[in-house]
Order: sequence, then C-alpha cells, then structure tokens
Amino acid sequence: MREWWKSGSPWIWLNGGAVTISMIMVFGLLLLILVRGFGNFWPHAILETTYTHPDADTPVRVIGELRRSETLTAQSMRDAGVDIPGDQLLIERHLIKMGNRDVTNQDFGYFIDGFMDDWRYPEDIGVLERREWGDFMGYPLRLLEEGSTVAVGDELWPEFQRRLERSNNLYDEIRGIERGAIGRINFAIERVRLDERKAELRGALTDERRAELEQRREELQAEYRVLEEQLNRLYEAAARDGIVMRVADGQEVTIRLADIVKAWQPNNMSVLEKIGFYAKDFFDFIFGYPREANTEGGIFPAIFGTVVMVLVMSIIVTPFGILAAIYLREYARQGPILKTVRISVYNLAGVPSIVFGVFGLGFFVYFLGGAIDRTFYPEALPAPTFGTPGLFWASLTLALLTLPVVIVSTEEGLARIPSTIREGSLALGATKGETLWKVVVPLATPAMMTGLILAIARAAGEVAPLMLVGVVKLAPTLPVDGNFPFIHLERKIMHLGFHIYDVGFQSPHAEAAEQLVYATALILVLLIVVLNLTAITIRNHLREKYRAESD
Amino acid sequence: MSQRNPAATSLNASLFEGTSRQVRSLADEKIAITVEGLDLYYGDDQALKGISMKIPERRVTAFIGPSGCGKSTLLRCFNRMNDLVDSCRIEGAINLHGDNIYGRGTDVAELRRRVGMVFQKPNPFPKSIYENVAYGLRLQGVKNKRLLDEVVERSIKAVGLWDEVKDRLQSNAFGLSGGQQQRLVIARAIAIEPEVILLDEPTSALDPISTAKIEELMEELKEKYTILIVTHNMQQAARVSDYTAYMYLGELIEYADTMHLFTNPGQKATEDYITGRYG
Repeated sequence: MREWWKSGSPWIWLNGGAVTISMIMVFGLLLLILVRGFGNFWPHAILETTYTHPDADTPVRVIGELRRSETLTAQSMRDAGVDIPGDQLLIERHLIKMGNRDVTNQDFGYFIDGFMDDWRYPEDIGVLERREWGDFMGYPLRLLEEGSTVAVGDELWPEFQRRLERSNNLYDEIRGIERGAIGRINFAIERVRLDERKAELRGALTDERRAELEQRREELQAEYRVLEEQLNRLYEAAARDGIVMRVADGQEVTIRLADIVKAWQPNNMSVLEKIGFYAKDFFDFIFGYPREANTEGGIFPAIFGTVVMVLVMSIIVTPFGILAAIYLREYARQGPILKTVRISVYNLAGVPSIVFGVFGLGFFVYFLGGAIDRTFYPEALPAPTFGTPGLFWASLTLALLTLPVVIVSTEEGLARIPSTIREGSLALGATKGETLWKVVVPLATPAMMTGLILAIARAAGEVAPLMLVGVVKLAPTLPVDGNFPFIHLERKIMHLGFHIYDVGFQSPHAEAAEQLVYATALILVLLIVVLNLTAITIRNHLREKYRAESD
Repeated sequence: MSQRNPAATSLNASLFEGTSRQVRSLADEKIAITVEGLDLYYGDDQALKGISMKIPERRVTAFIGPSGCGKSTLLRCFNRMNDLVDSCRIEGAINLHGDNIYGRGTDVAELRRRVGMVFQKPNPFPKSIYENVAYGLRLQGVKNKRLLDEVVERSIKAVGLWDEVKDRLQSNAFGLSGGQQQRLVIARAIAIEPEVILLDEPTSALDPISTAKIEELMEELKEKYTILIVTHNMQQAARVSDYTAYMYLGELIEYADTMHLFTNPGQKATEDYITGRYG
C-alpha cells in the first residue's frame, strides 16, 4: 500500500479521474442538447385513446402526441386529491400534447396510466401547424372551396396538400410585399418626414421645399395604395379554401388554409418521408421567422442578430485590443503605473457581465447615444435614434467585455516573438515602428486570433448585458436590409441566448416551449462552434505561414 | 614581456601553415573605424573599460576572449544596438569614417544602414526568401521591381546561395537549413550595401560544412566590406581574420595582426588564452 502510494499511481488516477469527469459532463451536456434539440423536428406518432379520469364518470376521447411518461407514488397523487384505488403504490402518468389550443383551451395534459382504454394510432389523423394557436390535430373530413365541398375521402389529403402549397405561395407573396416593398415605402416616408423636420429646424423649409416633399410623399402613398390593392387581392385569394376537421370529442372545426403552415399525417408516413419532413422542418426552423410570441416558427432573426452582433464586436475589439496591447508591451515605460494599468485591464475580465450591461446602458446608450442624437439626428427627436439600446451599443458593450481577453493574448503573443527577429530588423536600419508593423505584428497574428476566438466564444454566449443594451424579444426588422445605409447599427436585434431565456421562461406555453429551448440552445452551440472553427482555421493558416517562430 | 612558451607558439604557427600570409601592420592600412576611450556601463556595472583601437578598412578584424569579456557588447556599440538596453550608458567616441556615431544628431537608422549586422542565431523574417533580402531596400522606399530583382539576385549570388534557392525565391525563408538561413541573413545585410558588417559569432549555431562556407564567404566579402567578427573559436579567428583583438573582463588586452598575435603574443594573458591555459 505504501509502495503504491509512493509510486505516484494515486496521483495519476486522480488526474485521470478529473479529466474523465470533465469529459463526461461536457459530452453529457452536448448529448442532452443534441437529443432534445434534434428531436424537436421529428414527426412523432399521434395516438388516440379513451380516458376516464378517476374523479369523472364520463370517458373522454383524447387525440395527441405522447411527450413523456413519468412514474410517481400513488400517495402523492392521492394527496393532490386524485382518487387512486387503494392497492396501488406507484402510478405512471403521461404528458400528452393535444394541440387545438383554441378549441379546448388546453393543449397539454397529464393522463394517468391504467385509466386509458382503446389506445391506437389511426392512420388518417392529420396534424396542422397553424400560424396562430399552435398545432391542430384531428381527422380531416372535407375540403372546402368558397364554402362548398370539393374533396372527401381518399382524394382529400393529396388535394389538400396541393391547395396548401398554393396558399403558402400566396402567403409568401404577401409577406414578400409587406417586408420588402411596403417596408421600403415606410422607410422612405419616414425619410421624407425627417427631411422635412430637418429643414424646419434649420429654418430652411421654404414653400418650394415643402411642396417638393409633399409631392414625394404623395408619390410614395400612391405607390403604397397600389400595393395595398394588390395585397387585398392576394388576401382574398388566400381565403378561398378551408378544411373541415373532426376533433377528439366529435366536434367539427373549419380551418382556413391561409392559416396553415404545413400539414402531415404522422401515422401514415414512411421513415423516409419522416426524414424528409424532418429536414424541411429543421430548415424552416433555421430560416423562418418566429410566430406566436416566439413559441412557434423559426429563429432566423435571432441567428442573424447574433452573428451580426458578434461580427461588429470583432471589428471593434480587434483593433482596439491590438493597439492597446502593442502600446503596453512595446512602447509604455515599464514601471508601477504600467503594472497598475495592466492589473486593471486583466481584472476587467473578471467583472460580472451585467455590470458591463449597466455601464453600457448608462454611458453608451444614454450619454453617448443621447449626444449623438442631439448632434446628428435632431430631426428625429424626441424619438431616439442612437439614444436607445441597439445593435451598435450591444456590440460596443461586448467589445468592452472582451477587450481584456484580446489584450492579454496579444501581449503574450508579442512577448513570445524572439528578440533576435526584432534585432534583425533594427540592424537593417528599420525604426522601431517599422520593425513592429513589418515583422513583429505579423508574427503575433496567430496569438491575436487566439484572443479573438476567446472573445467570440464569450460574446456569442453572453446574455445578461445584452438585455440592457439592445437585444429584444422581437425585432420587427433585421439590422441589415436593402435600405440605405444597409447596415442599421441603431436597430434593435434578436439574439439566440436571449431567445432561449425568453422562450423558456417568459412564454405562456411552457410545455410547448421546452423543446424549442433545446433546439435553440443547440443552434447557439452550433453557431459558436462554426464561428470558432472559422477563426481557428484562419489562425492555423497564419501559424503555418509563420511556422518556425510562432509556436 | 612574459616568458615564451615555444611549444604553444609552434602549435599556433601550424594554424598558418600552407597559407601565404604576411604579417600586416596597422600603420599601412586605411582606417575605417576609430574607437576612442570607450566606456560602457550597464547600470552601475562597467562592461567596457577604456577601449581604444583603430579598425582597418576592408579587412577582417576578429574579437576573441572568454565569455563575458565584453566582445559582443563592443561589437554592438558599432551599430548602437546597445541603445535597446535601457540601463546602458556609453562614454567615449566611435568614429566611422570621421563621424562620431555617438555624436549629437546621429540618425541611428541611417547608421545601421551603413553598419550591417549578422547575429549568432540565423534570424530570417517570416517572409519569403525574396522579401527577406528586399526588406532593407523596401525600408528605404525602393519600389522599382527591376531594381529590387537585381539587388536580390546580386546579394544572394554574393553569398553563394543563388543556385540553391533561385527556384523558390517566393517560398518561406524558414524552409531553409540553418546554414542557408545564415547566408540568407548575410545576403540581407549586404543588399543595402553597408560599409561595415558586424558578425556576432555567426557560425556558432552551424554545422562544420556550413561554417566552412561562411568562412569562405568572409574571405570574398572583405574585398568590399570592412568586417568585424566576434568568435569563440580561435581556429576560426586565425583562419579568417587579418587582425585580432583579445579582450578580457571588459578590457582590450592585445590587438595586433592575427598571425603575430597567435604566434607571438605580446601579453602573458593572451598567450594563456590562445594556448588553452586560461581558466
């Protein structure tokens, strides 16, 4: 035993154990997110059953998707007031997603095993994903056009899918006009208003100018009326078809095709069809816009917002960090003052991020933003332009947050450059500045990239400060669009991290949101991996270039 | 005069067998650099004590001595490399063709263009072979592609590297062997046509074959340039240099024609060192 102790084996086991536990935790986390996140898009089977609640007399029909099952002690159920027969110790209950939120007011329910009867998976049950009110489940009965039946029985579902495609195309057209052309006109009208106000403030609003602007406004409004007409026609066309569905309790419900995103019959699909459906669903999730207070639809604006914010942050933090590091390492006189500065910078990395958020709101948004508004955008006041949380302030706050990381990495990189290389350059008559920019800094770029990678990883996952300085639950427009100047730094953005928080904890339909939270978390992790891999690839490329001296 | 050691002197004489070298005299030489009463301090420590010497033009002058004797420090005074050390303080004067390089208004960058330097460890830049050699010219603002090509080719040829690298001028200089890198660094130094080249133990990190090549190269280079070399290797000093300075503890003990110094040293300390009885 003593020998074993002295041999150092326990130490190795301890180290190995620590590594193993870390690995298990990391992979467990990833596995959970992966399974739950990717599981969200699978078209699960829909069951139908007859359920007689222990406290009720009449049985009810239930149609729904089994979400999960859990085992509880019977006593706990009895305590909760449910009448469970005395001899039972454990009970199993199932969480079933029933959809039809608008019809039954309850789209999720717990059902106790043992009180369910006639459990089956009817092939013709259809699931409709709607633009509002969540999923709908039921048996399709009739397809309507202008109120009259056009298809029943076997023809119904294929014809329904065809007409659904038509209505979806119409919907896309409508959204295209609303987001594109009308958005542009609104933007232009706002411009005209601002131009007018600007001229007024300068006292340059002559009658001539006023008439000119008025004419411009008229033109835009005429354009708008044309589009409005077009929209009305499209809406009318989209409202043509409907489908009648029978829900679990036998009630018949008519749903307009215009309200349906997609429809499927999960019990009637082959594995291949399911995979195809899955892929499309996943695609829609990534490239779609959110609906229903973010609990339905896609997360494209959040992905986009996160990426743009991280990119803007990188553009801000890289030059600042590198310049500061070069000054600290190369030019500043080493001494107590520099030591203090350096310690302060390093400690900045340890400040809780919410503190940065508060600072960003107080200093950047209100102070700087307010000053910018008064100086450059007086015509828009009292509506703030930059004096309100937005993309730029969010990026700037994150840049401040990640500055220490970049400075520290760059400094370390600079310190690693062998002095012989510097001397070689100086000996050829280069000044210190020339030596720095032509030889030392290029050699230190891999280290700078390392700093940037760490900064990106930190920034993309940050949520707390962003809530204060520019990230919102739902942003009406993307920060990049076709209207000049194309990148709108003052706009509010959506962000994946905040989206997770919002969907998971601020949503009225907690059960419905759960899977979405995992899926969003998965996308966030993937996004960070992609951003990091890009940066790492660039760094490895640079390292290869400067191979002999940088490692 | 100390006692002669016949065995030692005859041993050293063998260094020069087969060569047709003549004993030279400084009095007959054109002088490139004059050092006058040079004192150098690192903080409170005096590293060089009252060095005075004349260094002849277009000759190889070697500095030998035990580690820490100040020979590298002295070499770095000639292109003011010691300026990089914060605590370094220098008194006295070094005249390069009549201009005191420690005088007021000396442009250090300009001085370093006139006095090139090659270091102990090959230190090519993380650039292509071509850009390494063109670096000095680009610093001077030369943009003319033809001129650059010409100088690069001439410089690389001068160090005998052309045949080895002419097909890969655009590839990274780190891909070369140690000896090639060191020759490239010499090419880089002579590309800007300095008057003086300082070599700080240029072969100590190289294998014997590369060392031999560099030594041959010095023989050719001294046709055009004044060369100062610091070396640990006494045979090397004897082989390549025309004049040798022996330094010990920051002082210049003896400075004379190489053949004379090795075969007939004037100081007991020099003799002890060159016969290996030092320490």
